[in-house]
Amino acid sequence: MSKPRLVLIGNGMAGVRTIEELLKIKPDHYDITIFGAEPHPNYNRILLSPVLAGEMTIQEIVLNELDWYKENGITLHTGKQITKIDRVKRKVIADDGTEESYDRLLVATGSTPFMLPIPGNDLPGVIGYRDIKDTDEMIETARLHKHAVVIGGGLLGLEAANGLKLRGMDVTVVHIGPWLLERQLDEVAGKMLQKSLEDKGLKFLLQKQTEMLVQGESGRVAAVRFKDGMQIPADLVVMAAGIRPNYALAEKSGIYCNRGIVVNDTMQTYDPKVYAVGECVSHRGIAYGLVAPLFEQAKVAANHLAGYGIGRYTGSVTSTKLKVTGIDLFSAGEYMGGEGTEEIVLNDPYGGVYKKLVIKDNKLIGGVMYGDTADGPWYFQLLKDKRDIHDIRDSLIFGQNLVGDVGHAGNSKAAEMADSAEVCGCNGVSKGTIVQAIKAKGLFTLDEVKKHTKAASSCGSCAGLVEQILASTIGGAYTPAALDTKPMCACTDHSHKAVREAIVARHLISKEAVFAGLEWKTPNGCDKCRPAVNYYLISSFPHEAKDDPQSRFINERAHANIQKDGTYSVVPRMWGGLTNPKELRAIADAAEKYNVPTVKVTGGQRIDLLGIKKEDLPGIWADLNAAGMVSGHAYGKSIRTVKTCVGAEHCRFGTQLAMSMGIKLEKMLFDMYSPHKVKLAVSGCPRNCAEAGIKDVGVIGVDSGYELYIGGNGGIKTEVAQFLCKVKTDEEVMEYSGAFLQLYREEGWYLERTCHYMERVGLDYIKGKILEDEEGRQAYYGRLLDSLKNARDPWESSRDEQAIKQFIPIKLEA
Amino acid sequence: MSTFKFICALDDIPQLGSRVVQRATGGDIAIFRNAEDEVFALHDKCPHKSGPLSQGIVHGRKVTCPLHGWNIGLEDGKAVAPDVGSCRNFEVKVEDGQVFLAV
Repeated sequence: MSKPRLVLIGNGMAGVRTIEELLKIKPDHYDITIFGAEPHPNYNRILLSPVLAGEMTIQEIVLNELDWYKENGITLHTGKQITKIDRVKRKVIADDGTEESYDRLLVATGSTPFMLPIPGNDLPGVIGYRDIKDTDEMIETARLHKHAVVIGGGLLGLEAANGLKLRGMDVTVVHIGPWLLERQLDEVAGKMLQKSLEDKGLKFLLQKQTEMLVQGESGRVAAVRFKDGMQIPADLVVMAAGIRPNYALAEKSGIYCNRGIVVNDTMQTYDPKVYAVGECVSHRGIAYGLVAPLFEQAKVAANHLAGYGIGRYTGSVTSTKLKVTGIDLFSAGEYMGGEGTEEIVLNDPYGGVYKKLVIKDNKLIGGVMYGDTADGPWYFQLLKDKRDIHDIRDSLIFGQNLVGDVGHAGNSKAAEMADSAEVCGCNGVSKGTIVQAIKAKGLFTLDEVKKHTKAASSCGSCAGLVEQILASTIGGAYTPAALDTKPMCACTDHSHKAVREAIVARHLISKEAVFAGLEWKTPNGCDKCRPAVNYYLISSFPHEAKDDPQSRFINERAHANIQKDGTYSVVPRMWGGLTNPKELRAIADAAEKYNVPTVKVTGGQRIDLLGIKKEDLPGIWADLNAAGMVSGHAYGKSIRTVKTCVGAEHCRFGTQLAMSMGIKLEKMLFDMYSPHKVKLAVSGCPRNCAEAGIKDVGVIGVDSGYELYIGGNGGIKTEVAQFLCKVKTDEEVMEYSGAFLQLYREEGWYLERTCHYMERVGLDYIKGKILEDEEGRQAYYGRLLDSLKNARDPWESSRDEQAIKQFIPIKLEA
Repeated sequence: MSTFKFICALDDIPQLGSRVVQRATGGDIAIFRNAEDEVFALHDKCPHKSGPLSQGIVHGRKVTCPLHGWNIGLEDGKAVAPDVGSCRNFEVKVEDGQVFLAV
């Protein structure tokens, strides 16, 4: 049976991106044919400005080489304009007579520059700014002529003006608005921008209306005349007064259009066989002219073309950066403010820095930055995440570094870093390598950079920095996903949040039910999503959902920690960090019996036996079990240790019995699985020798009771734990810390430490649940105890008949 | 000339799991079973840094190395792009619920 045919009209960024997304999720589904009016393969239109400015070459901005089309079996017709869509016979006809039938049609005809309807707008030397041809013509004109006039002081106009100036022309920008970029900037920032550009030698005529373009003796344009009678010389006029969606073809073919091809949230037009994406589209009344929304549309369209039918495009918040070297400018969201909004403004006209943040209901809804835009991506992320900013409001305007670069955020100096600077310490990846991969391979997402360079693919602490490098390398083409909508992995479009909620709401109790019910794209997930789903299942329905060992990382399957040479490390639990001669003797015996090469004291107050062969694990466990010891879970996304100081038991300063408190907590939490590892500490006095300030739950004894701290982290990024409350009794310590941990177990996303969870939901939210709602707290505590009521030592249960098989190798005689 | 040797019953390998076959010479072989009960055999050594592939998570027709997360195709032993490398694969067959390996 032959494959259905998909025809794409428009070989540009939005259309080809849709094809790429489609090939990613359902390769070989369609016979694909692409028509492009330009004689080039798909290139990055956004980077035409750097080409004009002489900073890049055409070759460098090509996104898909001709080989790419060939490799993917795509028929490409360049230089052919489609003149007719025959929707009855389902075929398209090009200007040279080429015909192609379709089963599905994707229209991505983009936009055209708006040519002012004034006399002379068709003279030689008058052009729009849209494609490679226009760019070539500008470069050529700059070689032969002197005076250029750019009509339109928007992004495109300013980039064109800057490029022409760099090519040696005398450039005047004519703008009808009261200040430049009035659609992206407020008046202050607009004026600052104008000043900087004037310093670069550009001239501006604001609030000027063009009356006509005057023809010279040579036949080409010679001057621009304004309504007030003024006239200036012009050998080249670039019309950059806006773009218009190019929907003439669709409209002529009877597809409903209204200032763009009208599509629904699945990017389908009124003809169900015809989809449309990109600048030619009108979605909920908006036609987008920036690239980020187009990529979001592409993803949705691809999903529906693939027949999966999930995902909706619901519109985009956009951000803007001007690509003029030496000028830093960023704006996003509702930057003008208005009723019900508050503004935080930093204005340093002499230093050339201006920042304005617009806030509504404690959330950032827009902002403008000029001069110092390093924090732009961070603000944009806050805006997209709709993060409650009231706790960082007082230092928000000073940027991420002053707020404290929190958790996995990374810092914001990506653009200034040297190429040789190491970004990913785990995999030794420098900034230069990342930038090169982004450019050479046309990468657009964090995931792609991870796959190609390995940066941010291990501990992940540099993910924020990598995202910023992406943003600064590809500019507006970068779309950071909002945290709570970022897909879990390539197997699904659903986020951790959505999957977790669906499991609870739909009472799903097996991974098969999750994969089927949420339309997973792979038959049984991958190493990223399966452990997460398994955790969500067993934490949501502890006695109902069955743990799936094959969905766990090897450490949690083998109950030991895999080492670089494939051997394992074994750490017996020492409750509260306490041990005794009998245990130590058993450890010493085991170390000798199994020829353990390395014995080490860990940071969590216990002893690590390293270099044990997998087949020896059940034996060493049996020996340690016999001496009364159990698994220390030193390998799991689970309770690790409760570190203690000697406390009032021995210490002359101690106020509380830290060891006894620690042991009680550790026994309560034994065998607790969680989104990520969990460490506790109990100190007997504020000298805090157990270092409770960097633990997920830290308990510090004071004379009148205990202080509880939560969300600390001593790992990748040191985070100081936050004060939660003060309690009087040991029972309260257990109830409050147990309730907090259960809250985290129920709401944390897989691989999210308590500090990241807390950063996401806010300390106030946690206080509301744990301190202000007594019944709620007791319910959380109750659910924790209930889910741990059947806790069993995994070292013991792993020696059951079925479970032990994995440890026994099959010997093959030679 | 390699010959098929009996290894174990299919049910001795967990679905989406593996077993290790130790040879007197030539290194360990990992035998995998996926959700569709297809069985594959690879040299138990990741082309990246020699991690034991038998200890990885099996999904579809791939296994993820436990050490640094490379994905290796179970059919051909080739690393999934953009990683590059391959490890040796072995012929394996299932007859009447019994697994045989060509060595």
